[in-house]
Amino acid sequence: MKIHEYQGKQLFSRFGVNVLENRVARTGDEAAKAYEELGGSIAVVKAQIHAGGRGKGTFIENADQRGVQLVKSAEEARAAAVHMIGNHLVTIQTGPEGKQVNQVIVEAGCDIDRELYLGIVLDRECKLPVLMCSQEGGVEIEKVAHETPEKIFKERFDPAQGIESYQVRTLCKQLGITGKSVFAADKFFKKLCRMYLDTDCSLLEINPLVVTKDGQLVALDSKINFDSNALYRHKDILEMRDLSEEEESEVRAADAGLSYVKLEGNIGCLVNGAGLAMSTMDIIKLHGGQPANFLDVGGGANTEQVTEAFRIILSDKNVKAVLVNIFGGIMKCSTIAEAVVAAAKTVGFEVPLVVRLEGTEVEEGRRILEDSDVSLITATDLTDAAEKVVATLA
Amino acid sequence: MSILINRDTKVICQGITGSVGEFHTKGCLEYGTKMVGGVTPGKGGQTVQGLPVFDTVNEAVAQTGADATMIFVPPPFAADAILESIAARIPVIIAVTEGIPVLDMVRVYRAAKEAGVVLVGPNCPGVITAEECKIGIMPGYIHQKGKVGIMSRSGTLTYEAVWQTSSLGLGQTTCVGLGGDPIVGTSFIDVLQMFQDDDETEAIMMIGEIGGTAEEEAAAYVKENITKPVAAFIAGKTAPPGKRMGHAGAIISGGKGTAAEKMTALEAAGIEVAQSPGDLGTAMKRAIDAA
Repeated sequence: MKIHEYQGKQLFSRFGVNVLENRVARTGDEAAKAYEELGGSIAVVKAQIHAGGRGKGTFIENADQRGVQLVKSAEEARAAAVHMIGNHLVTIQTGPEGKQVNQVIVEAGCDIDRELYLGIVLDRECKLPVLMCSQEGGVEIEKVAHETPEKIFKERFDPAQGIESYQVRTLCKQLGITGKSVFAADKFFKKLCRMYLDTDCSLLEINPLVVTKDGQLVALDSKINFDSNALYRHKDILEMRDLSEEEESEVRAADAGLSYVKLEGNIGCLVNGAGLAMSTMDIIKLHGGQPANFLDVGGGANTEQVTEAFRIILSDKNVKAVLVNIFGGIMKCSTIAEAVVAAAKTVGFEVPLVVRLEGTEVEEGRRILEDSDVSLITATDLTDAAEKVVATLA
Repeated sequence: MSILINRDTKVICQGITGSVGEFHTKGCLEYGTKMVGGVTPGKGGQTVQGLPVFDTVNEAVAQTGADATMIFVPPPFAADAILESIAARIPVIIAVTEGIPVLDMVRVYRAAKEAGVVLVGPNCPGVITAEECKIGIMPGYIHQKGKVGIMSRSGTLTYEAVWQTSSLGLGQTTCVGLGGDPIVGTSFIDVLQMFQDDDETEAIMMIGEIGGTAEEEAAAYVKENITKPVAAFIAGKTAPPGKRMGHAGAIISGGKGTAAEKMTALEAAGIEVAQSPGDLGTAMKRAIDAA
C-alpha cells in the first residue's frame, strides 16, 4: 500500500525524523493561508499524488504548470494550488492519462547545502533490510543504480537491533558528511530504520534528503510503501489509504479477496494462482493476443467470489473474449464450473468464453458445464486454450 | 531415493483443527502420506481425521516421532508456529500459509538457518515425492513416479509442469514448491544440489517468475555444479513493471528481475528454456534427449 508525501511526513514527525513545516491545502484559499502561516519569504507548493517525477511532470489542463513550484507570496501560492487542484498531473510514472490532484502541500523553504538520496528496502539476496545512500540526490535513483552502481552505498541491518552507529559513520564517510552533521545523521538514520521496522514498510525513500547550511538533516520528500500482508497490525496506517489513487476495479477485486491488475488488451483472463495467471497472459501474447487483465482467484474462493471475478472482468469494456484457465489444487474445478453457470445467469456472457479445466474435481467440473446450457468453447490444454481464445477474435 | 520426503516420513500438521488444515490433512492421508498427528494450541486431546491433536510441537514430536511438519496456521500466528517447529528441531518444515509479513520472515529465515533445519515456503503448495508422500495442497493424481525433479516459485504453474511431464511419460521424483514470497526458506540452489545428489532424479525442471534474482543465481550455480539436464521457464514476460502480480515476490523494480534478463542468464548457463508455458514438458524432453 502506498501513501502520500504529506502522510509520510506525518509519520516521519511521529518518529522524530526532521521534516520542514508544512500544511495540506485543498483549495487556493487554503494554500494562500498556509503560506501566511508558514511566515517565510519562500515556500514550495507540491501536488500530492501516488507517483514520482512530479517536479518534471506537467498538467493536461495547463502545460506550463509543473507538479512542484517555488512560490514567493501568498498570491503565488494560491495561483499554483488553483492550477494543480482538480487537474491531472502527468509524470513518467503515471501514464498519459495522468492522475488527478486532490490536494497539495505548502512547505517552508530551507537553506540547502547538499542533496542526498536515502532508501530502505529489503535485500532479498541477504534476507535483511538494507539502508542505501547516494550523493546523487534529487535525481532518478534507478538511473544511478544502473549506470554507476559504485555511487550507491549500502549497509544491511538486523531487525532485532536496527542500524548500528558504526554503520552510520561508515555511510557518512562515503557520503562526505562531516563534523556535527555526523551526530545528526546518527539520530536521523536510526529513527528511520526504527520506522521502517515498526510500521512494516516495504519501501522507505527520501529523495532528496538534504543537509542544511547549519548542518541539519531534513527529509524534503517521502515515498513510502507498506507490506500489504502486515497491514492487519497497523490500523492507523490502513486509515491513510487513498482509494481515489487506486484503479476502481482493482479495489473492488481486493474487497472480494481477488488479485486483479487491469491491463490494456482485450482478452479477459480468470486463473487460479499468480504464476499460472502470469503464464496465461504470456501464452495469450505468444499466440498473438493481448491480455486485458491479470486475475488470480486464489485457492479459497467460493462461487460468489468467482462470480464477482467474472463481473469485474466483463465490466472492462475492452474485453472481447474471456479465457478461464484453472488448474485445481485447493481450488476445485467444480466451484469454477458452478461460478461459470451462475455468472452466465446473473451477468451474462456477450463475448466468447474459452474454458480449460484440470486438477481437483475436474470430472465434476466438466459435467456441470456439459449439463448447463452455457455456450462455451472447451480447451484441452494451455496452448489449445490460447489458440482458441485468440481465434475467436480473428 | 528421492529428496526431502519419502514413504517413511512421519508428518504432523500445525493448524490441523482449522478447516483448511483438516481438508488437506485428509488429502495427504488419502495419498498415502504417513500423517501421525496435529498441533493446535489449546486443542490438545482432540482427534481430527483419526489423528491425535497436541498443544505444542514438542509434545507432538515426543509422542509421534514426527520428522516433518506441514503448516496451515493463519498469517498473524504463522511465524510463531514456524519458530516453534524450528525450536523442536523438526528437520523438514513446510509452510503453506500465504500472507506472512515479510519482516516476520526475516526473523524466521535466520532461525531456520541457525538451527540447520529445512524450511520450505511460506506461500507454497508444498512438497511431494510421487506415489510415496504428499505434504501440501497439490492435486495428487497428476503425479507419476519417474525421473524429473521439479522446483518452482509458483503453485498452480508447478501443477502445469507436473501434468505436462506426466503426459509425456517422464514422470517425477520429487516436486518442491519453493513459494512466491520475497523471503522463502529454501532456494533453487538448495534444491538443485539435492537433485544433483539424488540417484533417482535424472533431470531437473525449474519454474521461475519475474522479480528478485533467484533465477540468475540458480543459472550460475547450474553452470558450475550441475551435470544433469536442466530445463526452465520464467512466468511474467508480459507483466508491466512496478505492478504486483499476486505474489509479493513478483514485481519488477527498477529494471531488475525482468523475464528477459532471467531467460538470457538461463540460456547462457546451457539450460533449455521453454518459451511458452504450454511447452514445459517438451522443453524438459529436449534437454534430456540432448544430454
